[in-house]
Amino acid sequence: MERRSHIYGVMGEFATPEQLTHAVEKVREAGYRRLDAYAPFPVEGLSQALGLKRNLVPLITLFGGLAGGVGGFGFQYWVAAITYPMNVGGRPLNSWPAFIPVTFELTILGASLAAVFGMLALNKLPQPHHPVFNVHRFSHASADRFFLCIEARDPKFHLADTARLLQSLHAHHVSEVSDD
Amino acid sequence: MSTGQPPPDSPEIRRLTPVLGPGYTYGSVTDKISAIVLTRPTSFGWFVGFAISFSLLALMTVAIGWLIIKGTGIWGINIPIGWGFAIVNFVWWIGIGHAGTLISAILFLLNQKWRTSINRFAEAMTLFAVACAGIFPLIHTGRPWMAFYMFPYPSTMGIWPQFRSPLIWDVFAVSTYGTVSLLFWFVGLIPDLATLRDRAIQKPARIIYGMLSMGWRGSARHWHRYQSAYLLLAGLATPLVLSVHTVVSFDFATSIVPGWHTTIFPPYFVAGAIYSGFAMVLTIAIPLRKAYALEDFITMRHLDNMAKVMLATGLIVAYGYFFEFFFSLYSGNKFDVFLVQQRLHGPYAPFYFALILCNILTPQLLWFYKMRHNVVVLFIMSIVVNIGMWLERFVIVVISLTRDFVPSAWGRYSPTFWDWATFIGTIGMFVTLIFLFVRVLPAISIAEMRELVAETSEEER
Repeated sequence: MERRSHIYGVMGEFATPEQLTHAVEKVREAGYRRLDAYAPFPVEGLSQALGLKRNLVPLITLFGGLAGGVGGFGFQYWVAAITYPMNVGGRPLNSWPAFIPVTFELTILGASLAAVFGMLALNKLPQPHHPVFNVHRFSHASADRFFLCIEARDPKFHLADTARLLQSLHAHHVSEVSDD
Repeated sequence: MSTGQPPPDSPEIRRLTPVLGPGYTYGSVTDKISAIVLTRPTSFGWFVGFAISFSLLALMTVAIGWLIIKGTGIWGINIPIGWGFAIVNFVWWIGIGHAGTLISAILFLLNQKWRTSINRFAEAMTLFAVACAGIFPLIHTGRPWMAFYMFPYPSTMGIWPQFRSPLIWDVFAVSTYGTVSLLFWFVGLIPDLATLRDRAIQKPARIIYGMLSMGWRGSARHWHRYQSAYLLLAGLATPLVLSVHTVVSFDFATSIVPGWHTTIFPPYFVAGAIYSGFAMVLTIAIPLRKAYALEDFITMRHLDNMAKVMLATGLIVAYGYFFEFFFSLYSGNKFDVFLVQQRLHGPYAPFYFALILCNILTPQLLWFYKMRHNVVVLFIMSIVVNIGMWLERFVIVVISLTRDFVPSAWGRYSPTFWDWATFIGTIGMFVTLIFLFVRVLPAISIAEMRELVAETSEEER
């Protein structure tokens, strides 16, 4: 397998989300672990079939929200009570109820920014090029076709056998994915 | 109901008016929606509409330019009516934005499938409405180039904003709202931008959509995190949208001016915001579905549901009007009682009665199935409600300010040409942005429509 270093993997095309989910289950039963499925919309049950666990996005969002809220309140306290105290009719400088609206808004802002940029960072986006784009028919992955790619770095990967496995699962257009 | 129709929520009606026309596949929804942007020639009507709205936008730039040269004296504002059109229009526009977030976030959390085909352009409407709204407080400062004073930054003067002021809360609420709406909209757009990238024929379009889609490839691992992020954003946007008009109402409610100083303002402002927003969604949806033959995607069921939301929020608004009156009269406070008299009999009474006609009486027609299913009636109704909600803000701002505690401080307010030019100009800006949006971005979420196709085909099986 000399060519293996130039091959990213083998890709099969499916017509329906059910076929894709079924194929993912079978491929994982066959012992493959380095694989990814591509679909034009989030397919129900596909994450479970791929064995994806809970992701980090909610945790990052929580921390973003906490940072926004704690930072927002702390900042207002610092401004109103420490660095720029303003005596308005002898009222307390730390007038915390008046700081709640801005604290609330900054909590939401921090959490939302964390959710979006956390999701993009975990997905390693922006990533303008990826080997799967080398497959000509892959442009249908954003329209009406479903793809399963078994990657060459999987220890069980064998070009001919893996391609045969995909064909046995009724994949159309099984093709090699080159790595450059 | 005496219309002889089965109740609209019965199974028969659901079958008659589904959320998606029959016979669509993943490919055909993709083709149909992306074709509007990619292959369909730009129609003559588009150019005419764009030319008109762009002229109004040009009028706005002239009005703002003249304002910057001459100052706010070119407006009708005076002492005691310092708020005038700028604040009326600000509150009106920001309220319109609320329906977009309601559709995209709250209806998403409630798992309402009918939101799918209207959420994209409703979110775009939110963004554009917030952009229009943002102009007004900015130019109302009189020195818009100093507006950055409102943001906390370490200045050499050593001064900081007053965080106890509702006007500063407003700055944070509106800028957070704008930012989160943009994020939500953009996250929803990423998969569709990838679709456009893969289907665009011309190279510049491929490059631009390619850069915007950031290399989205529909990986299941990506979708997994994407769905978490989208759900969380919906959950975050829901309390946010309720807070924004609440904070806007605090601008009024925390003051001591008669007619403003009431506890009902926050919920009544939020209901009014959603009311006017749904009216604006209908105003846009009805011509849009007609012009691009999208009747299968934006079905009568959608229009019917939106009309029902309008009816419900309109009734909450009516409740708000009633209790505003009740509070004033029951309080026995002579200034509050006087304000009620001024609304009914004062110099601006015609505005008040027009507002009751537009916002409370006319929408009662929506109780009838036939009215909700008559596109022309719905379109006219949506315009009437938009006018009514604008009048509401006019009544709130102007009547209270012209009649406060001391008769020597009473005044009159009438807008000038430049007030109208700025207001109509922002409508031009809004419509211009909508025209550009439907031309360069998919007005309906393609990825979510495919999901809907998958769900509908499962249900049929």
